[in-house]
Amino acid sequence: MSEITPELVRHLAGLARILVSDEEVEQFTKQLSVIADSVAHVSKAIDADTPSTSHPIAMANVFREDVVEPSLSQAEALSGAPDSADGRFKVNAILDEE
Amino acid sequence: MAKAELMNYEQALEQFEVVIGLEVHVELNTNTKMFCGCKNEFGNEPNTNVCPICIALPGALPAVNKTAVESSIKIGLALGCEIAPTGRFARKNYFYPDLAKNFQTSQYDEPIAFEGALEVEVPSGAVHNVLIERAHMEEDAGKLTHIGGSTGRIQGAEYSLVDYNRAGVPLVEIVTKPIYGAGSEAPELAAAYVRSVREIVKGLGVSDARMERGNVRCDANVSLRKKGAEKLGTRTETKNVNSLRSIERAVRYEIQRQAHILANGGTIIQETRHWHEDKGATSAGRPKSDADDYRYFPEPDLVPVQPSRELIESLRATLPEKPADRRKRLAGEWGFSELEFRDVVNADLLDQLEETVAAGAKPQAARKWWMGELARIANESEEGAIPNITPAQVAELAKLIEDGKINDRLAREVLGYVLAGEGSPAEIVSARGLEVVSDDGALIAAIEAALATQPDVLDAIREGRMQAAGQVIGAVMKAMAGSADAARVRELLIEMANK
Repeated sequence: MSEITPELVRHLAGLARILVSDEEVEQFTKQLSVIADSVAHVSKAIDADTPSTSHPIAMANVFREDVVEPSLSQAEALSGAPDSADGRFKVNAILDEE
Repeated sequence: MAKAELMNYEQALEQFEVVIGLEVHVELNTNTKMFCGCKNEFGNEPNTNVCPICIALPGALPAVNKTAVESSIKIGLALGCEIAPTGRFARKNYFYPDLAKNFQTSQYDEPIAFEGALEVEVPSGAVHNVLIERAHMEEDAGKLTHIGGSTGRIQGAEYSLVDYNRAGVPLVEIVTKPIYGAGSEAPELAAAYVRSVREIVKGLGVSDARMERGNVRCDANVSLRKKGAEKLGTRTETKNVNSLRSIERAVRYEIQRQAHILANGGTIIQETRHWHEDKGATSAGRPKSDADDYRYFPEPDLVPVQPSRELIESLRATLPEKPADRRKRLAGEWGFSELEFRDVVNADLLDQLEETVAAGAKPQAARKWWMGELARIANESEEGAIPNITPAQVAELAKLIEDGKINDRLAREVLGYVLAGEGSPAEIVSARGLEVVSDDGALIAAIEAALATQPDVLDAIREGRMQAAGQVIGAVMKAMAGSADAARVRELLIEMANK
């Protein structure tokens, strides 16, 4: 059985800045448990010698040469922003750092 | 901000052992950003070096900058690290608008370099072997400006403005293992370590390494434990320490602050603290919290980096001389006393001196100008910054003196004009007519005028009392507004006395 608890779901929702109702917490706890249990099956199928994989395709070293490519104009960059000022994105003050 | 109570520094060290750990972020000077082809350039108009990748428009996919990877490997090698045969990027998830993606692409469990060591010399001459835990690749964040409120800081701000030009600029973060046993020299060691890292990345040519621009930034972890205790104390991490002087001061401050709390039965809160250079103090930031649950996971949009042995060895072959070796070589070449040399190192002027000597100045002359007049000007300036003068200009100034074109007093005047942006020393001397007068006719006329008021001087010189000449030299200097060639005046006086 997975160890997904309602508290863990609330914690995750908090980290992801998602507001969840009590009903949703109950629903997600069940759903996430199913997913976690499914993943646990995979863990059983492999042994300690199996290397971890972070990418589905066995590729490495895909690089870009260090050559400047055109950027967006300031107007283009800001065109999708809900608000801007002085050529910059305007965001709510966040009382976090400092 | 209330200033915390501090324990006397010596007392703090009698009771506690200091353990420090340093995280240095180095901005690479690649042409482009870490994951996109936008220009990596400082000082441009806001949001002009941005593209769908670095402002995280939907569907945009990153691509790793090859040069940034090679620069990171070079840094790892120069720090004596192992280079990981395979490494990957990871997402560090957090919500803060300095990155538009809501995560920073970094490395977590597979950094590109690990397990290194760096020998660091502190001002006393002691050498510490600082162990390096890891060096990993990541991207810099954008720049936030907080608007409104009274302080311009985030507290009380009404909103913030974001410039993403810096978002995605390649960074290498170098993390030390805990550093024990530095004792009272822990603050000096912290600064000397950062200086060494800066010298290394500058020597490698992989970073502009300008601390005032944030190319090299340091977070300093400090913890104390009772002498003889096994368990490490709770640490604080001081951010925003962006000059060598600040690092030293911030570490010293934290030692004294923590010692006072611990000695009075208090506990240290694990938190981020901010250094305020103006107040000479740190202030509490946010404590470690849920927000630090970054939920790292492998970046699915990037494939692993697997540098070949051949690549690593070919990069190793390009490494320049190690800073410690360079210092030994320069000390030998310049022939300074040990103290003179150490002063230059501690003043962080090795580069300037080396370039000045390379431009043709004698080592002692180069030292005299950088450590004397220019250091004085730097100390008197608000930021304590080294004046805006090139080593070539200093060498030219020294050459003008050596050739007898100007004397020391005129040279200081010329220096003032160089700093004011009037041109090179030679240009200024000719434009302003500042050459010393060594024309015998003019000098003799001035000497005779001086002798008219001090007629006994020639007799005194004949009797071997040379100090009497000083009065005449002084009078000649005064009459000629300091532009007389003093050595020539003295020679002429002796000639006249012996006639």
